[in-house]
Amino acid sequence: MSVDELERERAAKPAGMGLTGWLRWCWRTLTSMKTALILLFLFALASVPGSLIPQRSVEPDKVALVYKDSPALAEWYDRFQLFDVFTSVWFAAIYLLLFTSLIGCIIPRTATYLRELRRKPPAAPRNLTRLPHSASFDGDLTVTEAARRLRKLRFRVETGDGWVAAEKGYLRETGNLLFHIALLGVLVAVGFGSLYGYRGNVLVAEGDGFANTVAAYDRFIPGPQVSAESLEPFSFEMTDFQATYQVEGEKRGQELDYSAFLKVTDAPGAAPRDYELKVNEPLEVNGTQTYLIGHGYAPVFRVTDAKGHVAFEGPVPCIIADKPTLTSDCVVKVPDAQPTPLGFLMRFLPTSVPLTDGSYASAFPGAIQPGVQVLGAFSGDLGMRSGEPRSVYELAPPELMKKLKPLVMGKDVPAPLAPGQTLDLPDGAGKLEFVEVKEWMTLQIAYDPGRLPALLAASTATVAIVLSLVIRRRRVWVRVKDGTVDVGGLTRTEGSAAGFAEEFDDIVKVLAAGDKDER
Amino acid sequence: MSAEPLAELSDLFVVAAVLLYLFAMVGFALELAFGRARADAPVKGRARTPVTVGAASSEAEAGMPSDDAPQQPVPAFALRGGIAGVVLAWLGWAANLGAIVTRGLAVDRWPWGNMYEFIVAICFAAVSAFLITQTRTNIRFLGGFVMVPAALGLGLASKVFYTSAGPVVPALNSYWIAIHVTAAIIASGLFVLAGVAGVLFLVRGDGLSRLPAKAELEKAAHRAIVLAFPLWTFAVIAGALWADRAWGRYWGWDPKEVWSFITWVGYAAYLHARVTAGWRGRAATVVQLVAFLALLFNLVGVNIFIEGLHSYA
Ligand code: HEM
Repeated sequence: MSVDELERERAAKPAGMGLTGWLRWCWRTLTSMKTALILLFLFALASVPGSLIPQRSVEPDKVALVYKDSPALAEWYDRFQLFDVFTSVWFAAIYLLLFTSLIGCIIPRTATYLRELRRKPPAAPRNLTRLPHSASFDGDLTVTEAARRLRKLRFRVETGDGWVAAEKGYLRETGNLLFHIALLGVLVAVGFGSLYGYRGNVLVAEGDGFANTVAAYDRFIPGPQVSAESLEPFSFEMTDFQATYQVEGEKRGQELDYSAFLKVTDAPGAAPRDYELKVNEPLEVNGTQTYLIGHGYAPVFRVTDAKGHVAFEGPVPCIIADKPTLTSDCVVKVPDAQPTPLGFLMRFLPTSVPLTDGSYASAFPGAIQPGVQVLGAFSGDLGMRSGEPRSVYELAPPELMKKLKPLVMGKDVPAPLAPGQTLDLPDGAGKLEFVEVKEWMTLQIAYDPGRLPALLAASTATVAIVLSLVIRRRRVWVRVKDGTVDVGGLTRTEGSAAGFAEEFDDIVKVLAAGDKDER
Repeated sequence: MSAEPLAELSDLFVVAAVLLYLFAMVGFALELAFGRARADAPVKGRARTPVTVGAASSEAEAGMPSDDAPQQPVPAFALRGGIAGVVLAWLGWAANLGAIVTRGLAVDRWPWGNMYEFIVAICFAAVSAFLITQTRTNIRFLGGFVMVPAALGLGLASKVFYTSAGPVVPALNSYWIAIHVTAAIIASGLFVLAGVAGVLFLVRGDGLSRLPAKAELEKAAHRAIVLAFPLWTFAVIAGALWADRAWGRYWGWDPKEVWSFITWVGYAAYLHARVTAGWRGRAATVVQLVAFLALLFNLVGVNIFIEGLHSYA
């Protein structure tokens, strides 16, 4: 509430809390409001770096890039937690201060509100014509009749000697308090969710499966209160994957739709059910959601070593090198090949077409004419027995890479293999067969017990803010004396006076015209 | 009609809308330039109730000078200019609507899947907000100034951000686009209206001026924001619900989310500033405009400068 309003209030309601009470209340409101305002600013300002500097939780690889390109800058960023703005100490300090201020604001306001709810509308001021809205007419309206009519308009009414006082619009304050309380609710729900929820990513190839255990994830981010046993014990197998692309026109090759066909087992021993997993249509098992995030190709290879044994067979997820054509890079490591381990660097072309210069490229992301180019084949130690975690997209650590013996290399890149074709390695070192094309999908699996409470609180906030912004608190007084009726009114809500002029006119009409009805 | 001629028709509609908005602007400008100068307070004494005795004035501007401008006759062409402005603006509005509808038919989806379509829709929303408000309260004085960003927006959209008609990525193929983006568009349109009023408020000096009175400007801005704020709140929540469906988390501080949040906090700050002593008027308007800048940055800047899940355009 504003100073102007307070002054008007005081003018309209001399028998209030008394000047000191008003001043104290006023002082308190104003100081806390200003604080709240400044904290709101800080809150907004503090989130800006979170959008300009890469965030660890959103783009960890970009953060790594900053470390690589300008380590000194990265150091400084990290010192101020600028890679983790939204979990940083200073960001938390701002919102905790803001919400403390909010609580400090809600409590006294709720108390005032409850008192107001029970209070009768204040007595009519002596001179109604001095109010912002006033009218008078002749008629023999009685105090009881005026009160009845105002009650019918859903006013809360108080009568006295020759006057009626009426007030309505209490829902405004209800909405306002509810809104602020709901904001606290959102904060609590979000906090609860991050304590007891978890999130993880996994890549699954066609024909493979996933069981929801910590070990099965490629990346797992649990909340502090999550234990391994609290994971929902469901599992599924991906039986098929289908993607469609725009075939013609300027947007040729753009993804149109994709879905993974799953056989889902909700709990150990349960009967499997079919589910078509799509973007925007997550799989839900008891509150745990599984989302389809991305997809790519996983050609199946069979590698036979020098001794004629099949040393490797299976789908190899390839990393996407060119998004529009889904040209992908594949690495096959065969540590079990005898007598020496084999390694292959390959390129997968979903729709391979020869170019005029004799090289090949992919012309379309769909697997219309899939081909695999063997860019390099090597034999030697791949460093896989050291036990260190190793990227699946890297053939060998750089120091070992130099020692590998190239079997097929560089310039003599052969034409792409079609499914079913085999490349014989020179000197009887073995052979590589490109068996068939499969696809992989990446999934995000998330459990967040705060989702629904957060939604509930946020929805409450939205409804409440509408009440708070749309409803006006207004007072109307009527004085009857010697056949003349004076009506005065004011809105207690600044800024929404515009609509009240019309409403006041209508009220006056009801008071005046209702009279004639009865004759 | 098949898709291609429809898409071409849509582009023509955009050009027509730009021209009509510019003509409307001229009409409104004539009325402002040759109409009556206004004192820095609204006119007193509205005698709407037949039985009213007292004067009903707006309550927000106690203490401001209220002497009316010296009465001078308003030339007829100025008045007609204003009316022509409204008519032309409605025609431009219809062309703008036509552009959106034909585009939607051409691509067979909700026509706000990229920045071009989004900006065209926001211009439409801003002009709608002005025209609809104008039928209920007299804010014709804002007309010329609303036409400027509308024409500029459409012009920029078709010159700089033009994207030919086509399908969108699968993540955007969802009914959530109808809910979330529509709410964001309507709210943004209203915020544009408030922004225009806010800029005028800051530009206008005290005292007599061709520009509308400060109190009127502030009232127009406040009305628009009071409508837009809950809508924006809803749009952000709907976005979170969609993100929950599509990405597996309802809030992940993606740049678009960060800037929507900043915008939301900014307008909340405006609503607080308006009721805080020492902040109302000028300071509150500055707050509003800062929030508006955040909104604009979110619309355009985030798509261009920052990579994120939302950067489809
Ligand atoms: C989390 C941040 C907050 C947000 C997003 C927020 C938002 C809002 C909104 C949208 C309104 C409606 C304004 C109107 O009725 O015109 C409002 C009103 C109000 N807020 Fe907040 N608020 C926040 C924090 C606070 C805090 C910390 C305080 C206390 C110091 C506070 C005190 C008030 C008061 C007193 C009003 C009523 C103003 C009136 O008389 O209309 N708010 N708030």
